[in-house]
Amino acid sequence: MLSDTERQEIEREIVHYPRARAAVAEALMVVQRHRGWVSDEAVRDVAALLEMTPDEVEGIATFYSMVFRQPVGRHIIHLCDSVSCWIMGQETLLEHLQRKLGIGFGETTADRRFTLIPAGCLGACDLAPVMRVDDDLYGHLTPAKLDEILERYP
Amino acid sequence: MTAQASLERLVAGAQPVVRDSTDKTQLLVGIATCALAGGADKMLAALEDAIEKAGLQDKVEVCKVGCVGRCSLEPLLEIRQPGKPPRMYVKVTPEMAEVIVRRDLTGGEPIPDWLIDKGERTEVAGPGHEADLVNKFTRDWDHLDFFRRQFRVALRNVGRIDPESLDDYLSVGGYRALAKVLDEMSPTDVIACVKSSGLRGRGGAGFPTGLKWEFTYKAQGDEKFMICNADEGDPGAFMDRSTLEGDPHTVLEAMAIAGYAVGATQGYIYVRAEYPLAVKRLEIALEAARQAGLLGSNILGSGFSFDIELRLGAGAFVCGEETALMASIEGKRGMPRPRPPFPAQRGLWGKPTCINNVETLASIPPIILQGAEWYASIGTETSKGTKVFALAGNVENTGLIEVPMGVTLREIIFDIGGGIPDGKGFKAAQTGGPSGGCLPAQYLDTPIDYESLREAGAIMGSGGLIVMDDTNCMVDIAKFFLTFTQDESCGKCTPCREGTKRMLEVMERITSGHGEERDYERLARLGKACQRAALCGLGQTAPNPVLSTIRHFRDEYDAHILEQRCPAHKCKELVRYQIITEACVGCGLCRRNCPVHCISGEPRKPHLIDQDICIRCGQCYEVCRFNAVERA
Ligand SMILES: Cc1cc2nc3c(=O)[nH]c(=O)nc-3n(C[C@H](O)[C@H](O)[C@H](O)COP(=O)(O)O)c2cc1C
Ligand code: FES
Repeated sequence: MLSDTERQEIEREIVHYPRARAAVAEALMVVQRHRGWVSDEAVRDVAALLEMTPDEVEGIATFYSMVFRQPVGRHIIHLCDSVSCWIMGQETLLEHLQRKLGIGFGETTADRRFTLIPAGCLGACDLAPVMRVDDDLYGHLTPAKLDEILERYP
Repeated sequence: MTAQASLERLVAGAQPVVRDSTDKTQLLVGIATCALAGGADKMLAALEDAIEKAGLQDKVEVCKVGCVGRCSLEPLLEIRQPGKPPRMYVKVTPEMAEVIVRRDLTGGEPIPDWLIDKGERTEVAGPGHEADLVNKFTRDWDHLDFFRRQFRVALRNVGRIDPESLDDYLSVGGYRALAKVLDEMSPTDVIACVKSSGLRGRGGAGFPTGLKWEFTYKAQGDEKFMICNADEGDPGAFMDRSTLEGDPHTVLEAMAIAGYAVGATQGYIYVRAEYPLAVKRLEIALEAARQAGLLGSNILGSGFSFDIELRLGAGAFVCGEETALMASIEGKRGMPRPRPPFPAQRGLWGKPTCINNVETLASIPPIILQGAEWYASIGTETSKGTKVFALAGNVENTGLIEVPMGVTLREIIFDIGGGIPDGKGFKAAQTGGPSGGCLPAQYLDTPIDYESLREAGAIMGSGGLIVMDDTNCMVDIAKFFLTFTQDESCGKCTPCREGTKRMLEVMERITSGHGEERDYERLARLGKACQRAALCGLGQTAPNPVLSTIRHFRDEYDAHILEQRCPAHKCKELVRYQIITEACVGCGLCRRNCPVHCISGEPRKPHLIDQDICIRCGQCYEVCRFNAVERA
């Protein structure tokens, strides 16, 4: 069941468009903002609200990399794996992260603290290599700096 | 009342944050993504604190502005004082901010060592803000190579105004182009002006903007739409982000002008959700523009109505392609469809739609105000005007620049970009992201325009310019881009889905030492098929990085294929790290730094690397102080 707040927020998105289904990506993001991820049930609920089939909504949900269809950790690490960052030493960082957290791309630590996700170019190549933790962007990363930053996310 | 008269009333009542007509000292602090990542918010807090402690609140104003392009020197603090040359402090920490307030502001003694020009400029720069529409910034700083070589049209206000203040935009001629269009020009006049300016789309394809507007104008339809493409997914690109963060109103004004010209009353801006600051500033700008009657119904009393909605992209590169983008706005999977029909004929919800890139739009207001001839006089014969480039990779001054078309790569990389760091050599410049190509040193003096880049096997693309030093392996780079397109291929058409996959398989064989001579021919054949038959630009251009590197760096491919050797030591399966027994003193530094603990040895005795466990990360090679680790 969608909560009242979720429903209201989605309805506020719908009014911007001539057709309700145009708001489907926004609707999924609303649910995700509240719950951290989008469950099968949520897909069905959103479909019902926007008068779409669950399959259609599922098609959208799996198309966009920012919609999570599995539970995620408390903090999301988006490590840029695009070209400028890669040239500037992203691989060393990835190896470091994988060793430190014991997880690879797409995985969540056992204590549910971090989920590690590869990001397309974050548009901050001037600061490469770059990552985003939740909403905060960090640049000119080194393994040591990385350790220090992750400490801030309990 | 005319639209221009209504606008004058707004301008007269405006109270801009950044201005010349003040006897106060103005402190400009860059607050864009790059600056914030560099700690600008902490510096700002310390600065405001120090100003208050020094009791300078009444004499000093702190203004938050966008990014001036010198991203690698952020946080920046620029001091503007009546009758004195502007001073720009770089890499300012909270502690430095406090010292600057004490010594410079209170004591009147600037600190040359911390200044971008080391205090070189001593005379007051030319006249202030109002004088010129473009190049306001570069004029103040024309004693520095980084700025002197630039020509700022699209970026004219970025870093010069408070992006969250409509009044700031109004004070630098904002919305004057819109008012002029509404009062004095018919839609066909506007189209004629943009056509003769020679402006071409900056989103990648380089299609003439005036022509696109004309097609949409002429298309039959009861309703039309105007879309701004701010999806900016090209790896290496951050031009549009910086424009939206630093000067959002420009894009709104230009969209209204375009809407007027093509006959649209509704606009959409499709912006990446990865750009939260840009989204926030757009929201603020939209609200302010509506409040002031610059958007919405009956704009400036002219009878013309136009409004804009924001739409967030959710992380799919292919959505930047125009037909995919429109599908995404409609709430469908963001997949491209074949063109024709072009969006100008059948676009959003089947209605005629004009879609333009952020930078294209940001160039429109100056073209309207200064005239098509002025714009057409900048640049080269076939490529008019200016282009914004995002400089990244192995280059000293990473950041954002705008140059006239026709400058050379050498000017961009060495004069403006400050050359290659750490004394390394230049190897290649990559333009056009995954659709582009890599250009070697012999192209450094080629003037940059759409045609010459294409002839050289690259493309202008959206403006990402990634510089690579001589430690990069070009085969590895080409493989990287192919991995990217393979990942981002939406899977709808076979040539792109299968073609990129097969090419990638070949590239993986080559970089792991299993290449064959026949692979050249295979890659050429697969590449051609993909270029010809793919549905959209993603697939049509996907082979470019591979084909261009084969063309320009054939010797590196030969080394991989014929000798199973990676000259740059980047392809992990082709490198081996070994300890030279005679040189090793047994200090143990490599052993302690090895992430997989594959180095063994007793203190003061030669160590050994276990090749079966070694992941070839090169840490031992980096840390050894006795040159005892050999890389082959
Ligand atoms: C795979 C792909 C991705 C694209 N991404 C973008 C983008 O992020 N931003 C953009 O403005 N154009 C992008 N384009 C180009 C658009 O399809 C379109 O040509 C452009 O938005 C038109 O605007 P312009 O004429 O002002 O350049 C992309 C094209 C392709 C094939
Ligand atoms: S490549 Fe990492 S931010 Fe652009």
